[in-house]
Amino acid sequence: MAVPNQLKNQHLLWRAGFGPAVEQLPDLSVFSPQQVYKAMVKAAAKKPSYINVVSNQLEGLMAGIQEAGRQQKKELTQEQRKDLQKQNREGIKSLNMYWLKEMVNSPAQLREKISFFWHGHFACRNLNVYYQQGLLNAIRQNALGNFGTLLKEVSKSAAMLNFLNNQQNRKDHPNENFAREVMELFTLGRGNYTEQDIKEAARAFTGWGANAQGEFVFRKAVHDDGSKTVLGQTGNWQGDDVLDILLQQKQTARFITEKIYRFFVNDTIDTQKVQSLAERFYKNKYDISSLLEDIFTSEWFYDEKNIGAKIKSPVELLAGIQRMLPMTISNEESILVLQRILGQVLFYPPNVAGWPGGKNWIDSSTLMMRMRIPQLINDEDVLNVKPKDDDDQMMGRGDDQKPVANLKKNMKNVGAKTIDADVDWNKYIQAFTKTDRNKLINTLSGILLQTKTGVSEGVIKSYSDETSRENFIRTATIQIMSTPEYQLS
Amino acid sequence: MVIKRKEFIQAGSLATASLFLPRFLKAFEAPAMVPPGNKVVVVLQLSGGNDGLNTVIPVRNDIYYKERPGLGIQKSKAVSLTDEVGLHPALTAFKDLYDDGSLSIINNVGYPNPDRSHFRSMDIWQTASKSNEYLSSGWLGRYLDAQCIGCDKPTQAIELDDVLSLAMKGETLNGIAVKDPKRLYGTANESFFRDVLKNHGEAHGEAHGEQPVDYLYKTMAQTLSSADYIFKQSRLHPTASDYPKTELGNNLKTIASLIFSDINTKVYYVSLGSFDTHVNQQAQQQRLFTEMNDAIKAFTTDLKQNHRFDDVLLFTFSEFGRRVSQNASGGTDHGTANNMFLVSGCLHKKGVINALPDLSDLNEGDLKHSVDFKNVYATILNKWLKADDQKILNGKFSYLDFI
Repeated sequence: MAVPNQLKNQHLLWRAGFGPAVEQLPDLSVFSPQQVYKAMVKAAAKKPSYINVVSNQLEGLMAGIQEAGRQQKKELTQEQRKDLQKQNREGIKSLNMYWLKEMVNSPAQLREKISFFWHGHFACRNLNVYYQQGLLNAIRQNALGNFGTLLKEVSKSAAMLNFLNNQQNRKDHPNENFAREVMELFTLGRGNYTEQDIKEAARAFTGWGANAQGEFVFRKAVHDDGSKTVLGQTGNWQGDDVLDILLQQKQTARFITEKIYRFFVNDTIDTQKVQSLAERFYKNKYDISSLLEDIFTSEWFYDEKNIGAKIKSPVELLAGIQRMLPMTISNEESILVLQRILGQVLFYPPNVAGWPGGKNWIDSSTLMMRMRIPQLINDEDVLNVKPKDDDDQMMGRGDDQKPVANLKKNMKNVGAKTIDADVDWNKYIQAFTKTDRNKLINTLSGILLQTKTGVSEGVIKSYSDETSRENFIRTATIQIMSTPEYQLS
Repeated sequence: MVIKRKEFIQAGSLATASLFLPRFLKAFEAPAMVPPGNKVVVVLQLSGGNDGLNTVIPVRNDIYYKERPGLGIQKSKAVSLTDEVGLHPALTAFKDLYDDGSLSIINNVGYPNPDRSHFRSMDIWQTASKSNEYLSSGWLGRYLDAQCIGCDKPTQAIELDDVLSLAMKGETLNGIAVKDPKRLYGTANESFFRDVLKNHGEAHGEAHGEQPVDYLYKTMAQTLSSADYIFKQSRLHPTASDYPKTELGNNLKTIASLIFSDINTKVYYVSLGSFDTHVNQQAQQQRLFTEMNDAIKAFTTDLKQNHRFDDVLLFTFSEFGRRVSQNASGGTDHGTANNMFLVSGCLHKKGVINALPDLSDLNEGDLKHSVDFKNVYATILNKWLKADDQKILNGKFSYLDFI
């Protein structure tokens, strides 16, 4: 059975971006996926602007600390440290919110989506907002460029150097953490190198570090300039040389391509397709845009088996809802709480391996919470669930901002919160002015769901408000979004 | 705003549920046959890195007092177990358990190449991975996988929380998080969800495929029927005992009621925290230990009165201990090895079962571990839960003799 154009375009928009936006609806049946992809590439061509969320106050504080550090190796006072941590925490929250808004609103959907992929690939936990901001910008700048450049930029970022302990990697006292992860998780994948390769590579990375401003520094004095043998190649390698050796391995192209295929196409790998994509990726000298073009302009990408086959990640789900239903959210922290409950907080990956994805997103609690979000937005449900604490973020101080009450008695009366969202329903409803009333549910399901089948019209109808056309569209949409099918893209 | 809180979990809804459940779930609807004397484990996670040295105190160790001039707990203040060992002053009930032969303490538990990040170290404990290995399933989740091939019983492992811990997520099966059996998920949209599920069952019959949508519906069906099951069980023999009105008190009370029921649960998981005492440690640890002490006291008393103490093994763990030296803020920073409490009416080796930490032999100011936590897990899996510990832990770890 031929897949209709509209469904193909929705598929493309969900995978190469964060889902169709309400203003794109009229175009979906008009243009071909090739045309839509071309437009996406064009929109993503512009250099992304540098996201800067650091407040003047924090800059002042950082400068003050550096000054104090220069004068005498003085420890921060407890107050200073506390203040700094708090501001870093707040800063990372702002970064999270800012980027999520880009995912929702930016026309450069392709860039934000592939950046989001790299954010999980180069997973990094670092509580310094400066460093996190620097890493995010390195990723967004190079997300569609050359993988080798991206790899080097990320490897030299203060966030990653600190996270993977390369600041402690010195001649005669090697710390192998960075060398291990760069091979296991960033390039080759497990089983494609030896422990000896890691030891030797770690020596090459000695001296790589970052200063307090987050700039890369090479500390020659602690660099081991002896001869090293990495993956069979011997020389007085430095860090860049080792990264080049890793990029020379076809396995790196295979590893990255496979991960990209899983993320953008299907969790189930088609070995032949991945192999030929990887060959081309390698031949094209790791040009990321070409790889994506190979995927999104292929015919097989639009095969039925690839459509609606992926479980949306929490961030994709949250962004996707907001693209279809334009809204202003006045209590942004509620979105952070949802990220925590659903298991994906931007800038806080579980570990350097990133979010495992797929079925791992789903358990009883997360599935039910996902299906409640549309009602929360529509003020017909309350957020009465408490996320787990994250001690790395909170430094033992407890949650200083508890948007969610810990309900013990009855969800009615304790200060449970809604999501304070003001949805521009008119804009959404206008997209359906020409739709016949008795075709509404079918049309809405067709736009909102990527699965072959959805919940029956009868069920949706019996839970929708039929007092007016507007109310009907609004409530039917909320209910269709509250189904297992809507979790898939 | 009006919340329509329908009593969706009610007697009778179980029967309704069965009508639309795919066949593979029907088996699950049958009354679970739980033999009397069902052995259960209660995991008490002390989140944030509990300071083990102020929990089990080496009251005759000069180095301890020298390194902790402000934070060290004097012998006269500690709850005395032996001439050498004292407990934190708040842990009086643990002294009673100790005297009673119902407490084992294992010192210096940890793992090679310890990680000092809360999140990472907690993952290592919860997944039972090596410190350079990343697993996306937990040890108790894999216990579920191994115990429950071909069946769907997420209620075999219950976490008292809104969100499920990684420890409880398996490769194929997950435990279930329940904060309050009356409200597995308190939502205004419950009846819609039930109709959606029913509609799917009618339209598609048995979820046959391996498609993600089948997995989602399967999880949804499990959630709804587990909610019914857990709620009914929790009302079968609710405990009549008094528990402190704290979060842990409430959680242990729920667990006791479920233990007294016919539920098929083998593992309960509950957390207390945050023990991340960088600043002003004394007050924070005192407060948390008081909550723990009073709740455990009520729980163990209740179990004894109902003659179930022999069937329950409760243990504590934390992602790491803390540094030997106090810091400049009246607290301690992240450390390594730590002690664990094991509480049961059916212990084999009791009391302080291995040597206290050697404070003269440290690794850059941190304790060296002498027992791998995976030895503790292996012991519990093998001897208590009668499970295939080697498969679950991906390796052979020798057994300890506390049970």
